[in-house]
Amino acid sequence: MSLAALTLHEAREKLRKREFSAQELTEAVFRRISETEENLHSYITLSLDSALKEAKQADELLKTDTNPHSLLGIPIAVKDNFLTRGIRTTCASKFLENFIPPYDCTTVKKLRASGAVIIGKTNLDEFAMGSSAENSAFFATRNPWNTDRVPGGSSGGSAVALAADQCIAALGTDTGGSIRQPAAFCGVVGLKPTYGRVSRYGIIAFASSMDQVGPMTKDIRDCALMLEAIASYDPADSTSANRPVPQYSAALTGDVKGLRIGIPKEYFVAGIQPAVEQAVRKAVGQLEKNGAAIKEISLPHMDYAVAVYYIVATAEASSNLARYDGMRYGHRARAKDLTETYMLSRAEGFGPEVKRRIMLGTYALSAGYYDAYYLKAQRVRTLIKKDFDETFKSCDVIIAPTAPTTAFKIGEKTQDPLQMYLSDIYTISVNLAGLPALSLPCGFDSEGLPIGMQIIGKHFDESTILAIAYAYERSTDWHKRKPKL
Amino acid sequence: MKYETVIGLEVHAQLLTQSKIFCGCSTKFGQAPNHNTCPICSGFPGVLPVLNKKVVEFAIRAGIATHCEIERCSRLARKNYFYPDLPKGYQISQYELPICTNGYIDIASNRVAKRIRLTRIHMEEDAGKNIHDMRSDASLVDLNRAGIPLLEIVSEPDIRSAEEAGNYLRALRAMLQYLDICDGNMEEGSFRCDANVSVRPEGTTALGTKVELKNLNSFKGVEKAIEFEIRRQIEALSDGGSLIQETRLWDPDREETRSMRTKEFAHDYRYFPDPDLLPVAIDKEWIDEIRASLPELPGARKIRLMSQYGITAYDAELLTNRKDVADYFESTLITHRNPKAIANWITGDLFRLLKDRKLDEKLYITDWPVQADNLAAMVALIDQGKISGKIAKTVFEAMADSGSSPQEIIAEKGLEQVSDPESIEEAIGQVLIAHPKQVADYRAGNQKIFGFLVGQIMKATQGKVNPQKANEILKRKLTEGNEIHATSGRKLD
Repeated sequence: MSLAALTLHEAREKLRKREFSAQELTEAVFRRISETEENLHSYITLSLDSALKEAKQADELLKTDTNPHSLLGIPIAVKDNFLTRGIRTTCASKFLENFIPPYDCTTVKKLRASGAVIIGKTNLDEFAMGSSAENSAFFATRNPWNTDRVPGGSSGGSAVALAADQCIAALGTDTGGSIRQPAAFCGVVGLKPTYGRVSRYGIIAFASSMDQVGPMTKDIRDCALMLEAIASYDPADSTSANRPVPQYSAALTGDVKGLRIGIPKEYFVAGIQPAVEQAVRKAVGQLEKNGAAIKEISLPHMDYAVAVYYIVATAEASSNLARYDGMRYGHRARAKDLTETYMLSRAEGFGPEVKRRIMLGTYALSAGYYDAYYLKAQRVRTLIKKDFDETFKSCDVIIAPTAPTTAFKIGEKTQDPLQMYLSDIYTISVNLAGLPALSLPCGFDSEGLPIGMQIIGKHFDESTILAIAYAYERSTDWHKRKPKL
Repeated sequence: MKYETVIGLEVHAQLLTQSKIFCGCSTKFGQAPNHNTCPICSGFPGVLPVLNKKVVEFAIRAGIATHCEIERCSRLARKNYFYPDLPKGYQISQYELPICTNGYIDIASNRVAKRIRLTRIHMEEDAGKNIHDMRSDASLVDLNRAGIPLLEIVSEPDIRSAEEAGNYLRALRAMLQYLDICDGNMEEGSFRCDANVSVRPEGTTALGTKVELKNLNSFKGVEKAIEFEIRRQIEALSDGGSLIQETRLWDPDREETRSMRTKEFAHDYRYFPDPDLLPVAIDKEWIDEIRASLPELPGARKIRLMSQYGITAYDAELLTNRKDVADYFESTLITHRNPKAIANWITGDLFRLLKDRKLDEKLYITDWPVQADNLAAMVALIDQGKISGKIAKTVFEAMADSGSSPQEIIAEKGLEQVSDPESIEEAIGQVLIAHPKQVADYRAGNQKIFGFLVGQIMKATQGKVNPQKANEILKRKLTEGNEIHATSGRKLD
């Protein structure tokens, strides 16, 4: 078995026991990338030279440091909407095709401070807008379980890099399901932390009130370790939470006795693939066997979540993307005057889905429409939050499918944006409410495609989510299965 | 038909914070282009704003001083529009929930106090500057100003004339200067004003069609532009025409306003709450703390000057309208405490000098034409009888020209007052001899002649004789008439 197939906690232990060096581990990962990348296209940019340098530095520290940093020598893949100083950051957009950031985002700074080796920047839907990684301006990433299928999105590149052992751990962002849905489609673990738990500083903004950074990993223990490394209060992000970061790995006891799990009836309705429902219900049954209390609950405003999301997220995006004007960085069209420079730069630099969302959001904020769309959506958003608040009075977590189906075919939904939007139907309400939620593997459908189960927790209660996820994971081997490549 | 003018003013005041409103960049003026910039104020991908607490404090100061309600929870909002000097494609401002509301400022209008209500005061960031290079047909962008904190201060349409608008602006500027939150420099753009002007038939209450005036870069500009606009609007209406709601630019060279854009082309700014920033929550303790630490404001200082120095309300008003003048006044009194006389010199001769030298257009005068201690010394010399009030005028002008002390000038020009009775008597004697007819008239009962004779004495001595002593001696000599005849040997009748 390649070293690249190791989990983070396995690799960490072996590095510390000096069974191999960080350099060997990094080289193994790059070897795996060169063997598999042609069929998968997970990465937009690889940073081989700087990664090897970082690995060598890690090896020096591993020799002398008796209490090394948590991620010392671990090769990590980063979604290409995290700003990395000196490493091209494109956000999968032609607009930023040649953009070299002048600074590191807070999360990457923290990764570096923890000793991680940044191996490259993974593919995504342009500006994180999409559910299949097909909206990348450069290429579509393919699902390693079946390369005719999408990996999900927008963090498709990170999910594939993990599932294909092209990295040890990865980072994604989740605005409406962009970590959880690709994690489910690719059979890996993905956590969207509570809004405010991880700094957004230096993440290319899509929808500021929902964007959240999170870990994508090969198992739950890795997820806890990664969250410990990246969660923090960041004075540079006014929306980040100034509260202590618990030791998440301490929550992984395997004990779920007495924990109350709510199953929302609205998630198991028409449109759900039977195999998905069966797998999730079976997993819930397993947790019940382990001593958790299961009850059916209702989230009555769930039906409005997609509509609300596509107003709020696009409104914010229309404003967030205004800075891409061709003046200071990024693409600038040849044009005869200022107005034409704006129009052509943006027309040439943005892809169709980005343009669609900018137009939707601009419309929703326009004079005469603001009250009917944006304001109304914000009000319904409050109702959706209240649904969760109400539920969490009697539940510790909510369990539901991550996505209604397993990975769909490449090209299947690109002509129908609404169908594409509906693939996030189970994940979106969590972002609207700012809650933490995790997806982990809970089975495969008849075509051998992974199924993801979503565990939604209370605000800042990632520990309980991880505890339940770990208890379930211990009783299965889904996470150990690897796609044949 | 007679028309009434209705004016509301929007003032943008740059705040004197060390750093910008949402990043740590310096606000220092006059740096090389784009020197005071960072990824945040240049609108790079991924950056986030963090509100400068000092800006909130300054806004609260302004709010308290103008009798506003300080909102315990306000919001920052995005104002969306494209322009090269606006790096994010939106300006972070306040919209629905500004930090201060419902205040007022009292101004003097024709020597009568008038209250101008304030609708709101809100915080926002300034934009950068576009510099148009005429030679290369290119425009350059300097983002040093992008992110400098501003307060926007919006008045109700309570102003009725260009003069009132000027007085309101001066009072507001003085207030901000007293608060030490804005330097008030209109020419450098740290104190900017847009005016909403409309007219309506006198006696009616509905508002007329509003025109927004921009590019008002000086107090004079504001007043002239408003006067022009009032005339333009009244003429249009008197001719049976109508007005359109529009934005007009003041052209200071041609002294006229020109249409910039009409209502149909008004921007839709698509304001919405900025999701990157939390609501601004202000606790009562903080407001109380700021209230307690406010410096003395113009109104309070006026009352103190009246009671402490016994000057009139009118003088106190004139002296406190500008903080620099009030400071000057009080520092003069340190050297010589004659408040009434010094107030007169300041509000009379000094103000005229300031106006002549255009120093009154300055924000805070430090290079006074006459140093405070020199003015004090000069008044002291008058009070000691060393110079007459008339000579003092000459000394004052000379001090303004040379910057020298009054003692130096008096010595140099030989202006010291003559007080020894012999010299005075000698001089008076000469005058009486030269004006026998007037002397006779006086003695015949025409008392008015006395003043004429004093004038002649002053003229003959270049004003240097001590006027009191001259009066005494003259009176004595005139009553000792025969003595004069005897010595002159002439008969009068």
